[in-house]
Amino acid sequence: ACSNIRGVFLVFFFLERKLWNLPLLYDFQEELVIRPLHSGDIYASFQFRTVWETDFTRGNKVSHYRLFPKSLGQVISKFSVRELHISFTQGYWRTMQWGQPFQPAPPGAELWVWFQDSVTDVDSTWKELTNVLSGIFCASLNFIDSTNTVQPSASFKPLGIGNVTDHRFLRYATLPREIVCTENLTPWKKLLPCGSKAGLAVLLKSEKLFHSSFHSQAVHIRPMCQDWECKTTSWELRQTLNVVFDLHTSAQGKREWSLFKMFSRTLTEACPLASSSKIYIDITDNPEQFEVSPATPLLSQASVLGDRRTFSVYDLTQQITFGTVRSLNLLIRWKSSEGDMLRPLLHGERYVAGYGLQTGEIHTLMYNYHPYRSFPVLLLDSVPWYLRLYIHTLTVTSKGKDNKPSYIHYQPSKDRVRPHLLEMLVQLPPNSVTEVTVQFERALLKWTEYTPDPNHGFYVGSSVISSLVPSIVAMDTNSTRERPLFSSFFPCKEESSYFVRVYTEPLLVNLPTPDFSMPYNVICLTCTVVAVGYGSLYNLLTRSFQIEEPNPGLAKRIANVIRKMRGVPPL
Amino acid sequence: MGLLSDPNRRRALISLLTRLNAPICVVCYMAGVVWFMGLAFEPFTLRTYMSENAMGSTMVEERFPSGERALATGREFAAHKKKVGGMPVDWLVKTMQARGLEVFTQTFSRTLPFPDENKERYMVKGTNVYGILRAPRAPRTEALVLSAPCTQGDHNNQAVGLLLGLAQYFRNQIYWAKDIIFLINEHDLIGMQAWLEVNMGRGGSIQAALSLELSSDVITSMDLVLEGLNGQLPNLDLANLFYAFCQKIGVLCTIQGKLQRNDWDSVSGYSHSVQTMMLMVMKQASGRPWGDHGLFLRYHIEAATIKGINSFRQYKTDTNTIGRLLEGMYRKLNNLLERLHQSYFFYLMPSLSHFVSIGYYMPAFGLLAVILLLRALDLWVQLASPPPGTEDGVVDTEQMWSPDVLSVLTPLVISHLTGVALYYLPIHFQKMALEHFPVSDTEAVVLTAIAVYTAGLALPHNTHRFVSGEGTEHGWRVLKLVAVLYLAVLLGCTALINFSLGFILALTLVPVAAFVTPHVPKVPSAFVLVILSPACTLLFSVFFFQELQEVPISFQDGWVLYLSVISQGILDHSLYGSLVYPLIALLVYPCWLLFWNILFWE
Repeated sequence: ACSNIRGVFLVFFFLERKLWNLPLLYDFQEELVIRPLHSGDIYASFQFRTVWETDFTRGNKVSHYRLFPKSLGQVISKFSVRELHISFTQGYWRTMQWGQPFQPAPPGAELWVWFQDSVTDVDSTWKELTNVLSGIFCASLNFIDSTNTVQPSASFKPLGIGNVTDHRFLRYATLPREIVCTENLTPWKKLLPCGSKAGLAVLLKSEKLFHSSFHSQAVHIRPMCQDWECKTTSWELRQTLNVVFDLHTSAQGKREWSLFKMFSRTLTEACPLASSSKIYIDITDNPEQFEVSPATPLLSQASVLGDRRTFSVYDLTQQITFGTVRSLNLLIRWKSSEGDMLRPLLHGERYVAGYGLQTGEIHTLMYNYHPYRSFPVLLLDSVPWYLRLYIHTLTVTSKGKDNKPSYIHYQPSKDRVRPHLLEMLVQLPPNSVTEVTVQFERALLKWTEYTPDPNHGFYVGSSVISSLVPSIVAMDTNSTRERPLFSSFFPCKEESSYFVRVYTEPLLVNLPTPDFSMPYNVICLTCTVVAVGYGSLYNLLTRSFQIEEPNPGLAKRIANVIRKMRGVPPL
Repeated sequence: MGLLSDPNRRRALISLLTRLNAPICVVCYMAGVVWFMGLAFEPFTLRTYMSENAMGSTMVEERFPSGERALATGREFAAHKKKVGGMPVDWLVKTMQARGLEVFTQTFSRTLPFPDENKERYMVKGTNVYGILRAPRAPRTEALVLSAPCTQGDHNNQAVGLLLGLAQYFRNQIYWAKDIIFLINEHDLIGMQAWLEVNMGRGGSIQAALSLELSSDVITSMDLVLEGLNGQLPNLDLANLFYAFCQKIGVLCTIQGKLQRNDWDSVSGYSHSVQTMMLMVMKQASGRPWGDHGLFLRYHIEAATIKGINSFRQYKTDTNTIGRLLEGMYRKLNNLLERLHQSYFFYLMPSLSHFVSIGYYMPAFGLLAVILLLRALDLWVQLASPPPGTEDGVVDTEQMWSPDVLSVLTPLVISHLTGVALYYLPIHFQKMALEHFPVSDTEAVVLTAIAVYTAGLALPHNTHRFVSGEGTEHGWRVLKLVAVLYLAVLLGCTALINFSLGFILALTLVPVAAFVTPHVPKVPSAFVLVILSPACTLLFSVFFFQELQEVPISFQDGWVLYLSVISQGILDHSLYGSLVYPLIALLVYPCWLLFWNILFWE
């Protein structure tokens, strides 16, 4: 009965819009997806979407921002941004244990921006933009400069509308060392229309969010089609936050989770500004494995990441959801820990091999677990200049055979100016491991270029593997249809495949490091060697030695003078 | 240097050095030995101290509670090991998974160049099992390793049990900032080598590693083993950390199996610390890894082996305490912000609480090496001054040098070819030796090596006669000058990499280099030369080592041990890349042959 009411309500809602023909100027939706993982951990993914039908671009002076955060709106118009994607992640997503995430992100900070083609000096705009964002998000994004920025030619296509393909207007940078903490969460929460006062954002308490195995928060801004024919465009701001809580440390090994246990809060209301506020619980494996309480009659199905999943839906805009206690504390309890996880079809790993401080070898492993389909992947590697890649040693092998990439884009590094960029399109055979290896030499830095903790090592950002993976179920290609937010992030162009981005682990590489604790000894030794050793050696080498007659005594000299006067030969 | 640019003073200095050459050399040699022996005297050494800030002042509370359960797990492991007849891979995988680790297995196989009779293995097939505790919110860039070898028979089951117990306990803690890899390796170093080559990357960059050996439920003391491949040592802070926690928790700790004593001023106390230091020197000089940690050091990973020892002392330590010791060590290693680099990498330890750094022990070697330089100077002066026969002193230098170049080159080339033969033949000719002689594989290799070595003595000392006629007085001097300088460079480089090996070789080879001329009595000198040759040095070292360990052996057993040490050296070289065997065969032995050649110069 309840779903009927809801259906009627939805129909009415759409009719209303159609009838009144009102453009949807503002819209805010919030959503929480909870997926119990096979490892016993639990994955919670928040999405907050603000859509705003406006045009920043053509010199329009926008002064009234309403739900859209003004700070970001100004950034978009000032720097002529077409798309902006920024993520802050603490931890590494464990694909083989947790499956694919809804929004992948590499450890540390990642920023990629498409600029409008009206921008003339992209590099300086990029530099300014990173500094401004650094202030907005309280992060070290100001450390992004030409030495860690690349322009990928194929891996990062715009996610919104627009057919820009000229990668001159794209900039991509990662800061693998960036540490994410409360100071980054607070400015992120401030961008929400309800702040952390009401709605799902109430759950975002840092003492719990940072007591987890994985924490990733992101902001995505892109232009979107408002309707099917794409007559009008609007700006979409998506704020996402993904967190995984650990079975052993957060739940004391008990396979039992509740909202309170995860976030130390329960829900009492939706954000009043939100047009939709929902909680989805992935119950595809229910009821064999776990039970959810309170039970909800609302079920929804969605094709997400190549799989058809079933979700229990809790609509927070309905008072009935909160029950008589006026508070929603979802409880998820496992009945058994049996069963295997559906193995993700694509997986990547990376490590450094070799010993010694002169050379090394980067190994990137790409796994295709599809039993019979091969598919192409795009591999992007951005390596700092101080690891000098020997690109002639690049090998790609699958199943023991050479696997020639069909496309390679390589931009060599310039010392202290720009990093290496290596992009290639590799076909992964079914059920195989493809190994990409490349050797490198470690450069000796100038002594001022070392970090304050040089013996910690130097970071190399994650490799990015992007691919259209063959899907088992038909994917939804209609981008304007009303769908849960989590399944509509990556645009889907065809039914038979879905887009996946996998990040490998960042690398920590040791460079030859001088012993900085002994500058005094070094100075003393150098001075001594130069002064004593070199000086006398130089003296010995350049002086000519000749045997000299011993100096005649005074008496002899006088005698000689007398003899000379007498005309007798001297003694 | 002003001294040298003044010809008069230079002449005076040189004449002093040549006149008093022999006494100075003797004094230097004595001083070198005395200096070295003095290193073990406690007032001359430094107390160990923690240099690394991150491990220094931080408070760590150890609470590992489940020692009993760890022992039970160890017994369970032993039962499964017995049932499977080897490494119970499936059981280990399941157990580690149940403890919430990410588990991987690695199979490896390796064929040895010849059967290893000590460990009875030839074609080695095995499996390593390792579980990774992923640190929360860490990007997989850093890791620590705790390993326990899975050995044949009843050994080390308690270590595996404790490792699994610690894994379970650590998994529930929240403070890990680095991944922790729990590794159970089969076939000790071969498994470790395979793991390091292939799977090390899974944990990012490994900061430190400990290998655990524990074969009884209660122990009396913990022994720390530091010596790794090619005499590499971990950073001293790792030893300091172990010592600090043993002190804190109240566990008896030893190094080289020797407890430390407080009576440094008594003769027995001093000889005790000499013994401890000499054991370290002998182990380091051998260049082989003395525990499963030995191969980590090559990868710039600080590593040590910790052995539980159960002797017949009253004071016993239970597994709980050992667990707490390890917990404390890992908690502190977890705090590291940088790799261990603050403290010394080159040191000797006369006891666990005292150390001798490179700055203190190098003069001992320097005093020995300077003898070679003095002898070289002496020879140079003798060569430069006109021979007494010619009065005018204006000998055409071209004429004087040209025949000698050949007479120097020939022995050099021949002795090095002998060295190459010594390096290659034992392994390559073992098949042939097996067909012709009734010996086992290992014996074939070792005996071939000894045969080549002895044949080398007979071979080169007559060659110059065929090439350049009669050897001249001048000829042997040039040859000796070359040989002495060669030895100086060789020993200098060796001592920089592996002080102990360099020092032991210097102790025996420097006197040889100093006294040998064609004019000394042949038979006794030849005897001394053979006694001081590298092979005999090794033989004495074997006996001396046994003596130091207080397990003296008969000559018969010693000889067997000697043969097995040679075969182990060759195996270590081909398996792990130990450098001692090629160093001796390709460089030291040919150098010694040059002196042999000089003795029989005619």
